[in-house]
Amino acid sequence: MGRTYFDKELETLHTDLIKMGGMIEEAIEKSITALQNGDTNLAQEVIENDKHVDDIEKVIESRCLHLLLRQQPVAKDLRAISTAIKMITDMERIGDQAADIADISKRFIASNSMTVSNHIPKMAEKASLMVSESINAFINSDLELARKTMQKDDEVDDLFDIVKKDIIDILKTECGRADEAIDTMMIAKYIERIGDHAVNICEWVEFYETGVHKSTQII
Amino acid sequence: MNEKIEINNLNAFYGDFQALKNINMSIIENEITAYIGPSGCGKSTLLKTLNRMNDLIEGFCIEGEVLLDNENIYKNMDISMLRKKVGMVFQKPNPFPMSIYDNIAFGPRTHGIKNRSELNDIVERSLRDAAIWEEAKDRLRKSALGLSGGQQQRICIARALAVEPEVLLMDEPTSALDPISTMKIEDLMSQLKEKYTVVIVTHNMQQAARISDKTGFFLMGELLEFDITDKIFSNPTNKKTEDYITGRFG
Repeated sequence: MGRTYFDKELETLHTDLIKMGGMIEEAIEKSITALQNGDTNLAQEVIENDKHVDDIEKVIESRCLHLLLRQQPVAKDLRAISTAIKMITDMERIGDQAADIADISKRFIASNSMTVSNHIPKMAEKASLMVSESINAFINSDLELARKTMQKDDEVDDLFDIVKKDIIDILKTECGRADEAIDTMMIAKYIERIGDHAVNICEWVEFYETGVHKSTQII
Repeated sequence: MNEKIEINNLNAFYGDFQALKNINMSIIENEITAYIGPSGCGKSTLLKTLNRMNDLIEGFCIEGEVLLDNENIYKNMDISMLRKKVGMVFQKPNPFPMSIYDNIAFGPRTHGIKNRSELNDIVERSLRDAAIWEEAKDRLRKSALGLSGGQQQRICIARALAVEPEVLLMDEPTSALDPISTMKIEDLMSQLKEKYTVVIVTHNMQQAARISDKTGFFLMGELLEFDITDKIFSNPTNKKTEDYITGRFG
């Protein structure tokens, strides 16, 4: 009971975050599909849709600031809104990284070349799952899920190390594929950063539940 | 950090009705302590036990102790002296129907100060401490009732300060005032704690969050949680505290 309007606004905030999460997961998936299938149109779609990710970030940010202004939330309500403000920054960056991957994939398609590592799709799948789980952890106040998701970043990092090794091998043995190798490295780095952003989101979920962020009691 | 007031195992009754249940609390010197809670939770009752204002109510009695500087105020302490040390400001500004000067001088005169020069100094000091000297200095002989509500409340604060208390109790001091007056009195309270210990009852949780150092949450006569204000309003331990401050009940 009480604060019906505020609770409805929080529900709307959650809905927007789920929507933004869906957009960035789709962007990651499509960027890798475009790369694998040589689909220029799909790559271009990812690049153009990044604008919508940016737009929804602004909508959510505005909603959060209005809630702070009008409702003067305290305790867990305050942590919920401040977590949302921090999360959308990481989510927007994830969108950017998916668009960057799509941009590079266009170069691969144009030059009719292949990525030098077949670990990229698996890496992307793991990172995308981390993104999905981190957002679910916030929506469902699931601290355990957040902590488990953070641990999965090691798997993404391990795959990154394998991709790096593949690239080094190519650079040593096939100098003609240096451009592809560098571009593959960039893609792998973007995916690795997506994993890091998912970890950031999980750390803010921890703050939302406990008031502690990265072992520091910040409020 | 010096404990100015210690409340130990305090129970308070209005006849058969128990208004306070086993309250234990230390109020630190030169801090602002806020009491919050829904209506009827006992916060004003507790405030008034600190200067024995509840003694005026027939059928009121306490068990336990309230120590002011380690001295039990309910045993062997002169009540007039207690109320000199522990002043009070109420929700509705209540200046006496007399001049500003006489309002402020009333307390010192009651305590035997007759010297004009000394009274003049006390009046000026008190009005300055209450941040109303500049507004009042040219109308000291005029009725205090001619002032605005916010000004009257600052006159009441000055009146309380005139007898050089050590503790100032404030029972919803700004709830009857406009936002500008409220802001001035909140600023004043932040200055007052440098010299005095302040205990405030407030229904305005944002006010408690803005100005207090410690906050106590009361419910049905019990002190459910008492902690640093930042902690109470950011991450309270008790779910009922969280529900109250987030407006989910009360």
